[in-house]
Amino acid sequence: MARRRSEASGKAPLTLEVNGETVELAVTPQKTLLEILREDLGLTGTKHGCELGECGTCTVTLDGVPILSCLMLGLACEGKSVRTVEGMAHGAELHPLQRAFADLGAAQCGYCTPGIMLAAEALIAGNPSPTRDQIKDALSGNLCRCTGYIKIYEAVELAAAWMRGEEARPREESLYGER
Amino acid sequence: MANAKGGPAERRTSDRDAFARRVVGRPHRKVDAVAKVLGSTRFADDLALPRMLYTRLLRSPHPHARIVRIDTSRAAALAGVKAVLTGQDLPVAFGILPVSQDEHALAVDKVRYVGDPVAAVAATSEDIATAAVDLIDVEYELLTPITSLDDALRIHEPRIHDYAKHGNLQKVTDLEFGNVETGFAEADHIREDVFFYEGSTHLPMEQHAALAEWSPDGKLTVWASTQTPHYLHQRALARVLSVPASRIRVIACPNGGGFGGKSDPMNHEVVVAKLAMVTGRPVKITLTREEVFYCHRGRHPVLMWVKTGVKQDGAITAMHFKSLLDGGGYGSYGVASMYYTGALQTVTYQVPRYKFQGARAFTNKAPCGPKRGHGTPQPRFALEVQLDKIAEDLKLDPAEMRLRHIVPPQTLTANFLRVGSVGLGACIRKVVDGSGWTTKFRQLPHGRGVGLACSSYICGAGVPIYWNDMPQSGVQLKLDRGGGVTVFCGSTDIGQGSDDVLATIAAEMLGVDLPDVHVVTADTSLTPVDLGSYSSRVTLMTGNALVQAAERAREIVATYAAAKLEVPPHRLVFAGRRVFDGGNSERGVTFVEAVQLAEAAHGTVVTVGSYRTPTAAGRYRGAGVGPSPAYSYSTAVAEVDVDPDTGIVRVERIWIAHDVGQCINPVSVMGQVEGSVYMGLGEAVMEEMPYRDNRNLMHKIPSMLEYKSPTTLEMCDVVTYLVEDPDPNGPFGAKEVGQGPLLPVPPAVANAVYDAVGVRIDEVPITPEKVLRALKDKTKGGVPRFGPTRFPEVPWPEPIRVPPPWEGGDGSALGDAGRQRATAGEQPRTRRSDARQPAAAGRASPVSDREDST
Repeated sequence: MARRRSEASGKAPLTLEVNGETVELAVTPQKTLLEILREDLGLTGTKHGCELGECGTCTVTLDGVPILSCLMLGLACEGKSVRTVEGMAHGAELHPLQRAFADLGAAQCGYCTPGIMLAAEALIAGNPSPTRDQIKDALSGNLCRCTGYIKIYEAVELAAAWMRGEEARPREESLYGER
Repeated sequence: MANAKGGPAERRTSDRDAFARRVVGRPHRKVDAVAKVLGSTRFADDLALPRMLYTRLLRSPHPHARIVRIDTSRAAALAGVKAVLTGQDLPVAFGILPVSQDEHALAVDKVRYVGDPVAAVAATSEDIATAAVDLIDVEYELLTPITSLDDALRIHEPRIHDYAKHGNLQKVTDLEFGNVETGFAEADHIREDVFFYEGSTHLPMEQHAALAEWSPDGKLTVWASTQTPHYLHQRALARVLSVPASRIRVIACPNGGGFGGKSDPMNHEVVVAKLAMVTGRPVKITLTREEVFYCHRGRHPVLMWVKTGVKQDGAITAMHFKSLLDGGGYGSYGVASMYYTGALQTVTYQVPRYKFQGARAFTNKAPCGPKRGHGTPQPRFALEVQLDKIAEDLKLDPAEMRLRHIVPPQTLTANFLRVGSVGLGACIRKVVDGSGWTTKFRQLPHGRGVGLACSSYICGAGVPIYWNDMPQSGVQLKLDRGGGVTVFCGSTDIGQGSDDVLATIAAEMLGVDLPDVHVVTADTSLTPVDLGSYSSRVTLMTGNALVQAAERAREIVATYAAAKLEVPPHRLVFAGRRVFDGGNSERGVTFVEAVQLAEAAHGTVVTVGSYRTPTAAGRYRGAGVGPSPAYSYSTAVAEVDVDPDTGIVRVERIWIAHDVGQCINPVSVMGQVEGSVYMGLGEAVMEEMPYRDNRNLMHKIPSMLEYKSPTTLEMCDVVTYLVEDPDPNGPFGAKEVGQGPLLPVPPAVANAVYDAVGVRIDEVPITPEKVLRALKDKTKGGVPRFGPTRFPEVPWPEPIRVPPPWEGGDGSALGDAGRQRATAGEQPRTRRSDARQPAAAGRASPVSDREDST
């Protein structure tokens, strides 16, 4: 929750498409997209680590582009399409990124995971076969303190392969270490 | 497949090994992984209750000051403010260690660091609470700040805390295990070196949060991002709020990262509980990132001096180690941290005579405490860099030299630590072979280098934080007539996978599938006590408690299944969701049917299990820190690229081998190893908690942007080797992995920098400035080194002399033969009346002083 908003002024109407559903709200002008998602829409899957645009935890996509929702005013998103982690699974079926992150232990505490998966999804959408360096580059704005990023890279690579329709499996060394 | 690696894992035999393990040791999705990738895990800040109020804290802008007057009237008058608290409303002191009950939820008379909480507001919105905090007027009388270790030694008054032993030195100790002078006299070569390890912070991605609800019938519920719900429950809330522990329920939410930073009961957790009691409404707080920096409890900055004597072949004849810790404004776990800087020097290489002198100072900075590796990365850095220098002095290969002198399995060390399995030799060989060490060491072109270091870590502190005779971990197991299995345990999942450890072991032992197992953890009303997620204790201790509970459940179920199947119960095997005759697998019943048979005949099938640690061998004061049921081992080789023009150190790759005893879930083990390497890399080259070096003593950089931690662009490649040398004390032989693999990384990097450019950086972080300075000195013909050069005079106490086992010692200090076993809190683990004896005998323990007065 961001702090130090000025005292209430009038609310303005806002229409967003969130995870494919149209939502209509009335929000104060200083309210961030992060706050709208978490507090007004109950979409607490989007996390926050600094609320200052430094850690990448609150990443969502806006019209397919990863943005920091803590720095984005809600009213600036009028008419746009927001995608959060809650929109990733297809019904009861996990998104390939979600499957790969779960299988490889790329989510340890799971707090940075939603933001990283959304950033990775945007990467793969524009580049179905990202190299390791391209993945590092795309995720360089997202901090993770648990994993050392290694399993995250491997999960993105695995998911990208699945999304290309390949029959990929985790490398043995990823699961058991080198022999 | 893990078993197919061969090795000692196969040697352990019991009936559960009659059939191959189906769950333990096999990679699988953590039991909580799906919730985490869905974003549906409920962290503390994700919780909201109807009529909830929001809290903000007023924090001190001064590092050291007396509070003269607080006027909260303007804040209280603001519309929407429901309550304002100051220290007068919460006068009872608390603290994680019995020896340092020196914190107040809100400062009572003094503030001791910039960020120390002074007052709190609960209001109908966070904005109003924030506005109200700004309306609180505090008059301070400024006191001389203690800014550094030198200040703490030099300035005796004002004291930050009155209970400190010597001015601003909180605690000093002097332990002698054998005569080191004799050892130095036998040495062919002696080195003395001084090292400094800078402080760093945990930086969990989740900001701390807490939510409290008070019911007019006198019951309190607190949800918090804490690693230690039991301590919050009984050591802080019950104590400070004067509410019986029996009426308080603490629920630890899954932590969004902890790393030790959520191990202390925190001010804000007590404050929201009190505010809920005052207002009768649910009250929540989420700290800002800046506030998380003030909570800190992170890595102690430690200045170290080490003198080591060796024979020509590198065998250590004696070691004398001094450490001086900058503790910040409060005790936290600091006395334990101080002992840890001297405890584990003896468990990697044989040290026949050992002397440790340690001191912890108070300074007016955010309090330090336990961070991943708790008190041991600093001495490990000193020891492993010094060994690298010794190997060079002796013209020995540093890997080979270490291999020769490894502590053998089942050793009782000079300081009476009982070592079990030791996979260190295998670790060294793995990374030496994997990294191509023999073709790289001292052979790479200028600017490139490799370095090696080893380490060891505890698998749980052998003695609890506060004196008691109860188990450290308890598990309750319920078998449902539908075939479901529920594990109840107080352990807290902070991302390390502790819930999955429970599910995996339960599934393995009862022969069910992972989705059949439900795990209920970290709720003081629902779950038996587990002391918490610290000291790498959870897998070993909760695992053993669960093994006991599961064995008891199998016994009940087997009794009635055996009657029906007409086979002896001991022949029954639990596997594949069936219970069947091991000699004839056709003869069996489904697990569901077996549970129903048991429930019909026996009643509800619920069992319990407990784990208590083996008795510590040491009986001297201070012997409570270091003992552990088992020790993990690690070795790292780092390969670096150092730019001589800029001093920038780029760590290209780290080969790491870790002896985990036995993987419970290899996926989690890999993640812990890689995460530890990452955090060690951060400490090696960039992370630091620096303060503005003036009287204001402000934290320089309380933000994630300015506190440099490795991003994807700085993280190195990691090649991981899992070594499985099962320990008889671990569940299925398992040892820890959450902390140990961090330890060898900083010294391996420092040794690699030397290999690359020939300068010794004897402090971390190894920043470009330090490398450049050392290179410049080298060019000018000076000492090619950056680091501290002196260790100050410290008023050490009379040494406690403890003859090592090979000199006939029984673990007692000389002149202290009647002394009982020591505990972490230094209080003998005997009946309370007896506990007074040693204090009366002379060296009065601050623990008992404090405990007796409260």
